[in-house]
Amino acid sequence: MTTGSTEKVNGARALIKCLEEEGVDTIFGYPGGQIIPFYNELYDSNLRHILVRHEQAAAHAADGYARATGKTGVCVSTSGPGATNLVTGIATAYMDSVPIVALTGQVPTFLIGNDAFQEADITGITQPITKHNYLVQDANELPRIVKEAFHIASTGRPGPVLIDLPKDVQNAEIDFYYPDKVELRGYKPTYKGNTQQIKRAAEEIANSCMPIIYAGGGVISSNASAELVELAETISAPVTTTLLGIGSIPTEHPLYVGMLGMHGSKYANYAVQESDLIIAVGARFDDRVTGKLESFAPNARVIHIDVDPAEISKNVKVHIPIVGDAKQILKSLNKYIRCCNSGAWLEKIDHWKKEYPLSYSQVSPDVIMPQFVIEQISEACRDAIIVTEVGQHQMWAAQFFKYKKPRTFITSGGLGTMGYGFPAAIGAKVGRPDKTVINIAGDGSFQMNSQELATAVQNDIPVVSVILNNGYLGMVRQWQELFYDRRYSHTFIKGSVDFVKLAEAYGALGLRAEKPSEVRPAIEEAVNSGRPAVVEVIVECEANVYPMVPAGAAINEILDPEGHADTPCAMPDLRAATADRVLDLEEH
Amino acid sequence: MKHTLAVLVENKSGVLSRVSALFSRRGYNIDSLAVGVTEDPEISRMTIVVHGDDHVLEQVTKQLNKLVDVIKVSDIGGDETVERELALIKVAADASTRSEIIQIVDIFRARIVDVAPKSMTVEVTGDEAKIEAIEKLLRQFGIKEMARTGKIALVRGPKKV
Ligand SMILES: Cc1ncc(C[n+]2csc(CCOP(=O)(O)OP(=O)(O)O)c2C)c(N)n1
Ligand SMILES: [Mg+2]
Repeated sequence: MTTGSTEKVNGARALIKCLEEEGVDTIFGYPGGQIIPFYNELYDSNLRHILVRHEQAAAHAADGYARATGKTGVCVSTSGPGATNLVTGIATAYMDSVPIVALTGQVPTFLIGNDAFQEADITGITQPITKHNYLVQDANELPRIVKEAFHIASTGRPGPVLIDLPKDVQNAEIDFYYPDKVELRGYKPTYKGNTQQIKRAAEEIANSCMPIIYAGGGVISSNASAELVELAETISAPVTTTLLGIGSIPTEHPLYVGMLGMHGSKYANYAVQESDLIIAVGARFDDRVTGKLESFAPNARVIHIDVDPAEISKNVKVHIPIVGDAKQILKSLNKYIRCCNSGAWLEKIDHWKKEYPLSYSQVSPDVIMPQFVIEQISEACRDAIIVTEVGQHQMWAAQFFKYKKPRTFITSGGLGTMGYGFPAAIGAKVGRPDKTVINIAGDGSFQMNSQELATAVQNDIPVVSVILNNGYLGMVRQWQELFYDRRYSHTFIKGSVDFVKLAEAYGALGLRAEKPSEVRPAIEEAVNSGRPAVVEVIVECEANVYPMVPAGAAINEILDPEGHADTPCAMPDLRAATADRVLDLEEH
Repeated sequence: MKHTLAVLVENKSGVLSRVSALFSRRGYNIDSLAVGVTEDPEISRMTIVVHGDDHVLEQVTKQLNKLVDVIKVSDIGGDETVERELALIKVAADASTRSEIIQIVDIFRARIVDVAPKSMTVEVTGDEAKIEAIEKLLRQFGIKEMARTGKIALVRGPKKV
């Protein structure tokens, strides 16, 4: 049916028609009592539904789908426990500004508030972790609400929107009519940046000798990579990215200095600290990035381009705010800027790059270093979409894979959700079947959603999970090693499960690498199998992620036993710094 | 520093909870919040008194603006405004104190709205200072109960928020 005419349908059928009108082709979900009417209509529709094994995975898969494709992801669950199982996935999408629409069943309107069976106040619960949410009270409002939900999720600063659907609303008959416009007087995002401000920014850039571009996830969500690279090349400025900004400029671009912040490269952190101008684009000066705020980039003026006005001057004082869409603003900024000579500045940075490269040492020839595994994946699967879980392996994936394009690095940054990677990888692969999708996992994280092997196998979604098995909740163990006197309280998980057999039990391919020479062949075999696969790599158990800026320290106070001792900001003695930092941590 | 915000919102269920939850979640302190429908039945007006420095106020305003149901946020602290709050004060009263209380009520142009053998209820309207002043004077007789509406305010003259 086309927009404009009307037709009598029930609420559930109306919902499916709305999804079709929005161009949705795939949804991720799990049924239950209060969402049966929707599933009943879904049975006759052409929408692809991926049945997950836990609702959390449905939310993460919708999120991975959205990040990989740029489209809005959709997940569905029943009321009560189904809806609360979505919560972690919704919060993850919220923190990283990912457009998803979550549909939840709800008890019939006349039972709401009665503590009815499987009733949960999911609009109340998700209020702080959604961009907006709706409890549909009248089926006639459903088309308008769905239209608004997709609009809100995907525009401005994107984010999750939840629609709660009481069962009687799904059953009620309505005259279906899909509106072609939304009217939301309280929601009017700004896209076009203020021209005056853009001109001032251009002047500021012209006057700067040591500028640095700091790019975040906003560059990727607004598809502004080309404009970003043009800006950097025109003014010869180095570019650093946040974790979510990775991929906005190719890793091997000569102007790229890597990620900044807690596990950023030394040269990125030094460059930010010494810079006289920070051009922040779609980034939010999060505490993992700035370290100790009072010591952050003391000499820098700040231009901040962001679609969300509330991010301006939230943490760091901004001199030139420009609110709007990164792509549009960069486009017009690029018209006003001219080449500026940062020769000496770039030389200095190149010197740092050579002096303090990201590196690791091979502890013994037979041991597989986790960083080596990432390098092998990077060589074997150059154009892959890399998805990660959360922990040390995530940081190594950020540091050692060579990304070429935006939307090829997908990770839970803001919330840091273990268990995100595997279902998100499934979503990414469903959205981009043409791409190799690799989930770089830890042995701990993978166990948080390993049941999704069933989803991958049943739906024939050939995602490869490479598990860096260090036998530890490694990132927590690292903190315990450095700041808690090596007291490894409850972080030892070695021998949890035989991951190869686990994969096989689900009907997936399971492979193991125990020697460095086995890594590459195992990865290649898994990728070439065309099947859902798990590659368990037994890695050095106590490797650490370096460089590291301890929480609360300035970002040039860097721990890096791998690096040289003669750093400009001399490397603090590890034990002494540790003692200090423990005090510091306790104060916070 | 105290600020008075006039916040126009959609007159829908759940909006009050979104606004108040935002304040507690982000650690902003509300001194008072009054809400009621406006000349347009689809729009409610919240008058929120907050304290905090300029940075806090800027954040409060921006975060409120991010709520889809919030139509407009205006800081009217700097404008000339008409501000009113209404309080009901139940004060202990007997034959010996009743007339003295009535005198105070008269001076403040307040009203007695209920009388019982051992109490009187006073209705007073005015700005914060006036309400605090009468409260202070009535306290000597024993205030049994008090309810305040929170401040509402309009900008003087033809200007609208
Ligand atoms: C759901 C969740 N619970 C707890 C944490 C805290 N945490 C962060 S990293 C980490 C360890 C992850 O272990 P693993 O997946 O094995 O990765 P590794 O660090 O060993 O590479 C933990 C427990 C988290 N981020 N998410
Ligand atoms: Mg581990």
